[in-house]
Amino acid sequence: MTMSILTAPEAIPDTKHVCYHCGEDCRDEVLHADDHDFCCDGCVTVYSLLKESDLCQYYAIEAAQGISPDPTFYKGKYDHLDQPDVSGKMIEFTDGRLTTVYWYLPKMHCSSCIWLLEHLYRLNPAVRSSVVNFPEKKARITFNAGALRLSDLAALLTRIGYEPYLSMDDLSGKKAGKWNRTRLYKIGIAGFAFGNIMMLSFPEYFHLGQNTSDQNLRTLFGVLNLALSMPVLLYCAGDFYKSAWSALKGRYLNIDAPIALALSCVFLISIYQLATQTGPGYLDSFAGAVFFMLVGRYFQDKTYAGVSFDRDYKSYFPIAISVLNDGAETRKPITELRKNDRMLVRNEELIPADAVLQSAVAMIDYSFVSGESQAVERRKGDTIYAGGKQKGAAIELEVLREVSQSYLTQLWNNEAFTREKDDANKSLASRINRYFSLTVLGIAVITFAIWFWVNKNPETAFLAFTTTLLVACPCALLLSSTFTNGNLLSVFSRNRFYPKNAHSIERLAQIDAVVFDKTGTITLPDDAEIDFTGESLTREELMMIKTLVGQSSHPLSRLIAKHLTDIPASRRVLTGFSETSGKGMAAQWGARMVKIGSPGWVGAARDNAGHQQSSRVYVAVDDVVKGYFTIRSKYRPELPETLAALHQAGIRTYLLSGDRPTDRDLLAPLFGQHALLLFDQKPGQKLDFVRGLQSEGRHVLMVGDGLNDAGALRQSDVGLAVSDDINNFSPSCDAIVEGNQLSLLPGYIALARSGQRIIRQSFAISLIYNILGLSFAVTGHLSPVIAAILMPVSSITIVAFTTLASNAAARRHLKKLTNVIKRA
Amino acid sequence: MSALYLLILASLLVALGFLGAFIWSVRKGHYDDDYTPSVRILLDDTEKSSTN
Repeated sequence: MTMSILTAPEAIPDTKHVCYHCGEDCRDEVLHADDHDFCCDGCVTVYSLLKESDLCQYYAIEAAQGISPDPTFYKGKYDHLDQPDVSGKMIEFTDGRLTTVYWYLPKMHCSSCIWLLEHLYRLNPAVRSSVVNFPEKKARITFNAGALRLSDLAALLTRIGYEPYLSMDDLSGKKAGKWNRTRLYKIGIAGFAFGNIMMLSFPEYFHLGQNTSDQNLRTLFGVLNLALSMPVLLYCAGDFYKSAWSALKGRYLNIDAPIALALSCVFLISIYQLATQTGPGYLDSFAGAVFFMLVGRYFQDKTYAGVSFDRDYKSYFPIAISVLNDGAETRKPITELRKNDRMLVRNEELIPADAVLQSAVAMIDYSFVSGESQAVERRKGDTIYAGGKQKGAAIELEVLREVSQSYLTQLWNNEAFTREKDDANKSLASRINRYFSLTVLGIAVITFAIWFWVNKNPETAFLAFTTTLLVACPCALLLSSTFTNGNLLSVFSRNRFYPKNAHSIERLAQIDAVVFDKTGTITLPDDAEIDFTGESLTREELMMIKTLVGQSSHPLSRLIAKHLTDIPASRRVLTGFSETSGKGMAAQWGARMVKIGSPGWVGAARDNAGHQQSSRVYVAVDDVVKGYFTIRSKYRPELPETLAALHQAGIRTYLLSGDRPTDRDLLAPLFGQHALLLFDQKPGQKLDFVRGLQSEGRHVLMVGDGLNDAGALRQSDVGLAVSDDINNFSPSCDAIVEGNQLSLLPGYIALARSGQRIIRQSFAISLIYNILGLSFAVTGHLSPVIAAILMPVSSITIVAFTTLASNAAARRHLKKLTNVIKRA
Repeated sequence: MSALYLLILASLLVALGFLGAFIWSVRKGHYDDDYTPSVRILLDDTEKSSTN
């Protein structure tokens, strides 16, 4: 009996194969099915599932865009969904038979996804309809609850690659509000009133009908205008009054207070004029101002569907966990976990409560809590804190504290995490407004006094007073900031930087210190610098290593597998694989014995020199040590450029890391002379550091990614979360940026600063209109027609200017930098 | 001039009709998702890709 058939290098493909389902290069072996190539069993399974239901048109829409289904799925994963108290909260609507759920499917990404998800009924006839909301990445699925259980629906979606994202947040019963619709109603009604009042005011503008005897018609126009403006005053402008009132109650002046005052004055003088038949009033300008301001606010407050900023620990936690009851596995909602329950935690699953390890060994990845990127080994009897993720084989744990008492939950409830940033008085518009409003009020009062006491003309005095407030209404100021910030928000999101709101942009403009967290923000999460030291390896030996590490879920194994991209792997040749947690693995490659792991495992001499600097993985073939892989975290290649650009803009940079100080020598020159590089930082220390900088008067931007940074992100002036998948986890923050876009940070800051300049400039433009209008108003000559022309013309000028100027600034700051970085 | 009364009434009714249509469309959720329908209309679902 020979092993020669198993050592089959000739079976190794040399040409590149692209998976027909997911479009990835086939790195390991290539599977053939139906004349197509596939990269893994998962892709083949989805393909045959689609083929069976005649859904192969999926591949015709956007070629190979499929998703490889989650390999960690196991039968029964969603069983807890069928428990009445869980399903009751998941379901949007049910009549006992037809049931509707509205689920978040973060994996959807292209039009093929829309097509497939809307054809679920072909995969399972119990699904009646499915409608996708792509921007929110959600699907509303109606199905026959008698024929399909909720858990089966979740499993079906998971099997075709679209695992629904179900978290504890779904259980707290919070439903998204419909505020967007209310805003649209208000804009629609204000626009309707604005247009019709203007039309009915036309005779007045051109002094038509003044000489005719038909006064009844004029009265009718006046009454109709008043009727049309009532809903504007009572419904559309309601938010301005509410906001002004709450500001006055809090004893400060926000921008809505003078707006509310001006609107009230204009409305009252109009009623007075109509009642005394002394004039037509300014109801057209009134409705127009409300309309333009509402549009501006809508534009500014448009949120990105699908990006969530205010996640707390609950949205990180799973809904349920496997619990062992006398050996039988059941799924239990984690809120019902009690002390001494036995949990079963599988590979890549999060440990939701502090617990004691019952299995022999576990590899726990705490990167989410501590920022330390390397998994740590824990042994039987050790206490494992909530928030860690198991890497490798399933482990058993005994619950020590309930979820609500656990360390992570306590950390989250820390006072720093709940602090709200003070936005009310910081925005540029409200700062300018303070002087502006006082000046306008002063002018109005002086005008009133002169007309009343000097010229002895009380009628004109009241008219001049109110029209001064009308033309100089800070709505121009409001429009300047809302349209500039609104446009910047959409420019930023096109560049995959998502500020939470306009206030975040304004705070971003003031940043003069940037603090980086190391893990995941300046390092590449799935990549590392890997060198091999030792005898040079043959292609066959590299294949052995690749195949062997491909079997393991240890993070270092995965990095090595990724490093050996060009080397094919072949599982068929491998026999007798075994892995010992914390040591290494071994297997037979044909007749040869391969061992990969720690020095002790392969039988190499322990070499302590430089051990702090990096991780090493040793390789031995037939008990001969071939050498070792050195694995160092890899920094984003654009990092030096980015830091240099920040220094050039006069911004100081700091590094705070939860990691060991492995790369201090490498990073120190990049961060500059004044830079402070701190390692081994606990979450609390990071928070204190940011607070310290702030007490020196600095405006701090914190760049972080994990829950370990959450406190510092909250404390900083702008907390920027880095996420390589914006729909994935990110802690509570002011802005989210995609990892590969972080290099544009100097450009983002420069653009935010330009935005502040544009607001000032457009405000200067509106001042010209204001002075023009005021010259009419203080002399008591502001006729409704002049007001009706000035108001929309100035608004449109401002909208056009801010849009053009901010787009030009975006081109200048972001394109230039993109080119520099591309060249580098 | 009395024709004007009728005309104004008619024009207001037409305008109210459009306002009503707008409110109805917002209420029906036409503005909740402004992207997916634009893709959906381009995807055929009648075509059976019967290659076998």
